[in-house]
Amino acid sequence: MISSDDSDPPAPASGGSAGSVSLAVMVNGTRYPLTLDPRCTLLDVLREQLDLTGTKKGCDHGQCGACTILVDGRRVLACLTLAVMKDGANITTIEGLAKDGVLHPLQQAFIEHDAFQCGYCTPGQICSAVGLIAEGRAQTADEIRESMSGNICRCGAYPNIVAAIQQAMGLP
Amino acid sequence: MINFQYARAVSVSEAVRLMAGTPGAKFIAGGTNLVDLMKMDVERPTALIDVSRLPLDTVEETPGGGLHIGALVRNSDLAYHPLVERRYPVLSSALLAGASQQLRNMASIGGNLLQRTRCAYFYDVATPCNKREAGSGCSALGGLNRMNAILGTSDNCIAVHPSDMCVALAALEAKVHVTGTRGERVIAFADFHRLPEAEPQRDNNLAADELVTGIELPQRGFETHYSYLKIRDRSSYAFALVSVAVCLELGGGRIREARLALGGVAHKPWRDAGAEAALSGQSANEATFMRAAALVLSKAKGFGHNTFKIDLARRAVVRALSQAAGGTPQSQSNKKIA
Repeated sequence: MISSDDSDPPAPASGGSAGSVSLAVMVNGTRYPLTLDPRCTLLDVLREQLDLTGTKKGCDHGQCGACTILVDGRRVLACLTLAVMKDGANITTIEGLAKDGVLHPLQQAFIEHDAFQCGYCTPGQICSAVGLIAEGRAQTADEIRESMSGNICRCGAYPNIVAAIQQAMGLP
Repeated sequence: MINFQYARAVSVSEAVRLMAGTPGAKFIAGGTNLVDLMKMDVERPTALIDVSRLPLDTVEETPGGGLHIGALVRNSDLAYHPLVERRYPVLSSALLAGASQQLRNMASIGGNLLQRTRCAYFYDVATPCNKREAGSGCSALGGLNRMNAILGTSDNCIAVHPSDMCVALAALEAKVHVTGTRGERVIAFADFHRLPEAEPQRDNNLAADELVTGIELPQRGFETHYSYLKIRDRSSYAFALVSVAVCLELGGGRIREARLALGGVAHKPWRDAGAEAALSGQSANEATFMRAAALVLSKAKGFGHNTFKIDLARRAVVRALSQAAGGTPQSQSNKKIA
């Protein structure tokens, strides 16, 4: 009835299931071949199959930003991403930001500015801020706040989060 | 989420052929709305046809002086596209008023047109909803309807279309390019989305096998006198209670042409030809704006929790017209409403 393109043939359906799909993703520089039920979100694959639990599941409905990761350099929500659609993608999670034991400047800035309390939203906040800086659009505190509005902090650490991002951007 | 077949289409013709041959299938691109609805069991597709890698991701100038925007251009890329920022700033502004940057990075232009209502009862499969299950009833009519429609409603549905982008596209009089098994066609924006009437399960006039391939903008972008004003419960990352897109052409202190579209108030972006005609040829002042706003809301009907929207919309129309006429459009980062 339905077929995939030649480079990515799905396994035939069996056992009443609609079948599984083979793909590979690059996560933090490591290539992972995967065979997945098409229902798997990228968030669940990262956490449950690749043991990368830094990316958090908050609402699981695209409303909180806790699962923010970078796919091909852009900040997106892992909870609303079907993993099978990301064959060949280059993914960066919070675990991939520090290099050779040295924290990413945003990680360091979050510590210096006490930009979290419970820390649950922090991986998403930091990945989102990495994306914000790469986009190069937000320059003022107002613009940072607006551009970070997809990341909810239940503890209310927002002023310190903005300050940390400003420091990492080299803004006064 | 129920199980489904997955296939990635490599061409528009293959995507359309797969759709026509697969009852219960859906196209998926950004997935920001569809995946959520599948998690909630509101959407239960038998198969997903992944169109996210089709070559529909470019913005090109048309021979007529307009723009053709591929259906797979991301919302964020379109908002920040230099030609859109310069020539169609009301569209850029509306895009940036919607969702969050993460969602704008995922969501496609074509998918934005096709997003479903956020009516709480549409999402709650334990309650009747004529849009989700035709003939089951409308829970919002006598329920919690703060976010629901005040214009163009029917006894069957008071859902609103949730898009910001589409409000600007309605004001700009965009066209929607679609392809189905019977070929290509172009749909005027006003004819794309539907009012609920007796069939609220139908959001738009696409045939079952048709794929949105692009949006065409006409030459006129109203780059000087425009505003997109969005009123919501939070100052960011929330759906509109009321939004207003305004495009004006002024000359000699008078309004030569006015385009006015409202979001958050109806089942489709709401245009009112009578109100626009009432603005045309008049002085651009508050009395004129108030007359037009009164006309737009003259047939509005509240349902209890959302009745406040009638006054809110009237004032938002006046404010957005004032912003557009003054050349001081609403900022989407500094949320103070001037």
